[in-house]
Amino acid sequence: MAIVNTEFIKNISCSGKFNASACMSCGTCTALCPMEINTLPRLMFRHVMLGLESKVIENTENVFSCLLCKMCEESCPSNVHIAENIKCIRQYINQEIFKLGRS
Amino acid sequence: MAVPIKHVLGILVDNLIKRGNVLPLSRRNSVNWAKGLNIPMGGKTVIYTGLMYQLMPSIIAMEKISSKFADSWISNFYGVGRMVNKVVNISHFMTWTNAAERAKFDSTLRNIACLLQVAGVDFGYLYGKEMYAGALVHDEGINDVFEAHAHKVYERLKKHNIEQVITVDPHTTNMLKSVYPEIIKDYQLEVKSYLEILAESSLKPMKTLEQEIVIHDSCVYARYEGIIDQPRQLLENAGAKIIEPINTKNMTYCCGGPVESLFPTKARIIADKRIEQLASAGDNSVTMCPICLVNLRSAAMKRNVSVKDISEYLVETYCDQTNTI
Repeated sequence: MAIVNTEFIKNISCSGKFNASACMSCGTCTALCPMEINTLPRLMFRHVMLGLESKVIENTENVFSCLLCKMCEESCPSNVHIAENIKCIRQYINQEIFKLGRS
Repeated sequence: MAVPIKHVLGILVDNLIKRGNVLPLSRRNSVNWAKGLNIPMGGKTVIYTGLMYQLMPSIIAMEKISSKFADSWISNFYGVGRMVNKVVNISHFMTWTNAAERAKFDSTLRNIACLLQVAGVDFGYLYGKEMYAGALVHDEGINDVFEAHAHKVYERLKKHNIEQVITVDPHTTNMLKSVYPEIIKDYQLEVKSYLEILAESSLKPMKTLEQEIVIHDSCVYARYEGIIDQPRQLLENAGAKIIEPINTKNMTYCCGGPVESLFPTKARIIADKRIEQLASAGDNSVTMCPICLVNLRSAAMKRNVSVKDISEYLVETYCDQTNTI
């Protein structure tokens, strides 16, 4: 059973930079991705928007597998800032799960 | 089992906070490339290496070790390694570098300095005062550490009254040109890649490059910074015939380098795919990023094709090598 965390999207918002809500789920990004990972990036953004924190955490390796090469972003019809969004998810995992940072 | 993400990132972060760089690099190895070139210290315009080419031998050494550990029981001890690394610089021992590799990457920087000089650019260098720009921690999303580091780098540049920097690799270019202005208030620094500077100059070839060259665009130059035409212009002006591979310009294909530190096996698969694309276009490829160079070079050896840094071709045609600076 999936547990929905309604605060998750707010916590990941990355000072308002996270813009996956513009995604219309066409899947062009996933088809173009050199890494060929099914959850990257479209499904990962869906998990974030639905508040499925555990699904995102389960996929930590995939989040850090993104090359940030922006091949997907170049062809995104909705101009989603995909690489920036991935960095926002990384930031959340680093801070909340890995406890990495200055403090 | 992959290498543990948390601990690998932790080591890089600890190194950046404690030692000013993600991997250890001695002052001597940072500035050795400039030996004998008589580049003045500081000035309004400086060449900014961001230590990227100098770091490559350490990155190669580190990756050799991490790819061995990635699938072994030793990866369980990364956490212990991180604890020890806080006190004793163990990454220093893990990144024992090869002198021939160091000489190779130093020569790239010497080539770039020679090209700028021939183009009539008046520039200085910050020598041991130059700092790594922080691209790796930025990309991995360790924002507070990155932002604090970026401010330090900018303060250092301002302290030396630098007004313009000439960058030599795409990652440092992107940091100083596009990322820093977003996080630093009243940011005032003109940033250009040496490829832009050379393309704007009236550089004339001394020797014709009668060669077919397959061009591999860096993702960061092409898609983040829109630097696509300049390398082509410089090679074509010298007489080279540019061959475009299947994925090129704004649709270029990644070299795999960005995931090398965490997932070396995945990085190699991507590099092999890209080399296959480049090799089917021709035998001689050119890169303009040290990370692309390192990743593609090992994949190229298996295919018996050549991958060179663009500066190697440019110096051959635009600089009188018997009279280099």
